[in-house]
Amino acid sequence: MLQNVFHGSRRYWAVLALWTLLILVGLAAYSRQFAEGLSVTGMSRDVSWGLYIAQFTFMVGVAASAVMVVLPYYLHDYKAFGRTVILGEFLAVSAVVVCMLFVFVDMGQPRRVLNVLLHPRPNSVMFWDFMVLGGYLLLNLVIGVVTIEAERKEAPPPRWVRPLIYLSIPWAVSIHTVTAFLYSGLGARPFWMTAILAPRFLASAFAAGPSLLILLALLVRRFGGFDVGRKSIGALSTIVTYAMAINVFFVLVEMFTALYSAIPHDVHPFAYLFTGLEGHAALRPWTWVGDVLAVACAVLLLVPSVRHQERWLVPLCVGVITALWIEKGLALVITGFIPSPLGAITEYAPTAPEIAITVGVYAVGGFVLTTLYKVVLSVRERLQSA
Amino acid sequence: MNESRRDFLKLLGLGTVGAGVALPLLDPARWTPAASAATRPGPVAAAGRQWGMVVDVEKCMREDVRRACVEACDREHNVPRIPDPEEEVKWMWTDDYEHVFPDEVHAHTPESGRTAPVLVLCNHCTQPPCVKVCPTAATWKREEDGIVMMDMHRCIGCRYCMAACPFGARSFNWRDPRAWVERDADGKPVSDYPTRTAGVVEKCTFCAERIRVGGRPACVEAIEQVPGAEGALTFGDVNDPDSDVSRILRERNTVVRREGLGTGPNVYYILPASFPATAADGRV
Repeated sequence: MLQNVFHGSRRYWAVLALWTLLILVGLAAYSRQFAEGLSVTGMSRDVSWGLYIAQFTFMVGVAASAVMVVLPYYLHDYKAFGRTVILGEFLAVSAVVVCMLFVFVDMGQPRRVLNVLLHPRPNSVMFWDFMVLGGYLLLNLVIGVVTIEAERKEAPPPRWVRPLIYLSIPWAVSIHTVTAFLYSGLGARPFWMTAILAPRFLASAFAAGPSLLILLALLVRRFGGFDVGRKSIGALSTIVTYAMAINVFFVLVEMFTALYSAIPHDVHPFAYLFTGLEGHAALRPWTWVGDVLAVACAVLLLVPSVRHQERWLVPLCVGVITALWIEKGLALVITGFIPSPLGAITEYAPTAPEIAITVGVYAVGGFVLTTLYKVVLSVRERLQSA
Repeated sequence: MNESRRDFLKLLGLGTVGAGVALPLLDPARWTPAASAATRPGPVAAAGRQWGMVVDVEKCMREDVRRACVEACDREHNVPRIPDPEEEVKWMWTDDYEHVFPDEVHAHTPESGRTAPVLVLCNHCTQPPCVKVCPTAATWKREEDGIVMMDMHRCIGCRYCMAACPFGARSFNWRDPRAWVERDADGKPVSDYPTRTAGVVEKCTFCAERIRVGGRPACVEAIEQVPGAEGALTFGDVNDPDSDVSRILRERNTVVRREGLGTGPNVYYILPASFPATAADGRV
């Protein structure tokens, strides 16, 4: 089955070549960071996490969103997802790989990364995040490979994989909950210390992840000759719609609490985002673009006749992903550090090497995803022609 | 299915896992004795001691007093003097009164009060959030005397502790700090204290290396060299009712930073009875 990775069309190899090129660019930048330290990034004493940890947070959501196809298919026997579920699981695998790499490139002492396993500390949420992410990667890899192998043999998947699939459902929820707990348990950071962070993470994940899945399914249909079916796309777009509406609601709930109570340390981060604080406003344009986009997408998606047309659905999915990337992949992490516990406002902007490394890490995810999807497409192509 | 290719891929997978396990063994720090038993938390010995410090803010208004403390600390620990504030490493430093005590200022606090200089350092909290979040116990609260310690050989540089500390007491080495360490005529660092590497977090340890041999923190000793600065800093066991620190805590009106967060700082401050007439200028 895996040999399918090594045989493909010219287009397949071109895509892999592109990913490889981007990975090499990332590696070059990383070798510089490895030699010179994290000073090559835009992070600082005050803003001590930046683009890497923000991308990690965003991609944990994409990984978790596989549950949105796994749960209806396996728990509710929702047949329309029969052809989509493997795409969701392999998207999760690639997303977790990306997450782990983002944590890795963020480390000051990457050679010591296994200290987390050699000297485990269960009181650290980061330890649990390592555990649940590793477990989730393993679960989805095993489930995905075993089910596609069964499909290739035109046999039902082995019985033992069933409990693993059921386990993967709460596990998906756990990875994003634990990731939210990384932030929401810190008294030093009022912007993050809100009980709604975990629910909000899940809502935004279930909007951004399925949006990406819709786009990937449409790409696969166009270039891979494999159609997941209109019904599946329709169901996914409904999931995106309500998850996005709930996410917008959660954000508003959070803003109400902060702004109506008017407690300064709760207000300041929002002021920084929307108006700027003491003349510092690097994220203001991003915030407005992101939030206007989020509301516009949520409203348009709610109109069935709009989201049922692919020519609308595609830009709306791109809009949802962009809005939520700004929210989680940019604003959330950085604003937690502004102002600092000592009242200083230090702004952050990623540097060129930092962006190159980020692109490289995403390219690894793209590479993994391309090869995994290639396996799926080859297996199905053979079944169709047989 | 091509079996040999499949076997090859399996081998490749196993090799990757093997490399992952071997990776930390390549870390030279694992093979140096510095990280071993001597610095690790040992069995509970004479539990109940908690080192603490009282800072008399008014006495530390004098610039020469603060300078003596900070310079003694920097020299003692080879703290690099990195000019870029974004990459600074700070163990003990001066910050504005309004930043150190955000709950002690109000709309009518004069500018000279807001900007009054206050010495700050790690609080060696009773419930340290940095220790709670550390995924490798590279930072831990020493049971025998309550010092929040740092193992620079175990730290993976994830900086979770910096996100968790409400006092900004932790610094990350964004680059190799050795280029900014003060050196003597022979080009050697001024202190025997081990210099750090890029990629680890560091902070004040209450001079654990001095306490081990019965001494007191370098900043406290430096005060004694400054005429008229007696009592600017007082160090001792807050759990020993006969210590100087305990006596001050009984007799004077002291506060800790951000008491409401519940971390239980062990650096106490005697707030000034009045603020300087004019806003401070020079900073240490």
